[in-house]
Amino acid sequence: MRYLLPLGVFIVVAGFLFYGLNLNPREVPSPLVGKSAPAFQLARLDAPAEKFTPQEMAGKVWLLNVWASWCVSCRAEHPVLVELAKQQIVPVVGLNYKDQPDDAKKWLQHFGDPYLLSISDIDGRVGIDFGVYGVPETFVIDQKGIIRYKHIGPVTADSLKEKILPLVERLTRG
Amino acid sequence: MKTLLVWLMLCMATVTMANTAQPTAEEVRLGKIAAELRCLVCQNQSIADSHADLAVDLRREIGEQIAAGRSDRQIIDYMVDRYGEFVLYRPPFKITTLLLWLGPALLLIVGVFTLRRSLKTRRALVIDAPLDDEERRRAEALLAAPRERDAS
Repeated sequence: MRYLLPLGVFIVVAGFLFYGLNLNPREVPSPLVGKSAPAFQLARLDAPAEKFTPQEMAGKVWLLNVWASWCVSCRAEHPVLVELAKQQIVPVVGLNYKDQPDDAKKWLQHFGDPYLLSISDIDGRVGIDFGVYGVPETFVIDQKGIIRYKHIGPVTADSLKEKILPLVERLTRG
Repeated sequence: MKTLLVWLMLCMATVTMANTAQPTAEEVRLGKIAAELRCLVCQNQSIADSHADLAVDLRREIGEQIAAGRSDRQIIDYMVDRYGEFVLYRPPFKITTLLLWLGPALLLIVGVFTLRRSLKTRRALVIDAPLDDEERRRAEALLAAPRERDAS
């Protein structure tokens, strides 16, 4: 009887610690979810003279995928995005983060270009506005320009099927 | 040869002097703010300590905002708006962080309370009954016995 209390405390603490084992400390919830995507104006990767602003996507559900040619996990993610582009379910805009445009263009030529268009964030300032801290990251943005979801790390076939695409479908239906 | 050596030493002296130059007020402020913010790339380092690309960018951003005349509060809010409260090494005091802030004090209070209670129950177990004459005589005899044995 007198050991019941310490045993209870032990079980509770062990339970919390066990739960903590399965948490990923690298996934920090973004305060931007539920808020308007930050406004920006950046040059297109393929045509630097032309500027892109998120307003151009108003009325559409779209994905903003942060990528870079120097980013190893982007390479792992890339085939998934190429496959997604083939299905033409949702437009993906690429935010080419802290990259050299030449390297980025070569990368797209080599691995395929799944993006509606890519924009160059050479000094990473737009990345800061989006709270980017690791590449790749993917944002789901709705018709009104509100960020609905942020995926940290490479998008996989599973995360597309289970999280991103159902959300896109729900948002598209309104 | 000697002149060359003197020259070399002089050059080194100027380098050392440049390094020990007093930091400007802006640099001190930048360092203070950066030390309060967690670098999300290497989470156990502050933006001031980290060499990660993002930390370098954020230090630049802080520097620019200081130059633009923004207050420390505004700069920290700017970071929290983008990266969330996780970037703060000193979390704000609010409902969700109540346990974090008050937890240790609460544990201390519970500990002191438990200690006092267990001391009290232990004291209650000790019955303070004085010996009567007969018992005293027996006790003295028992205590004296080994001494006599030692003496003999």
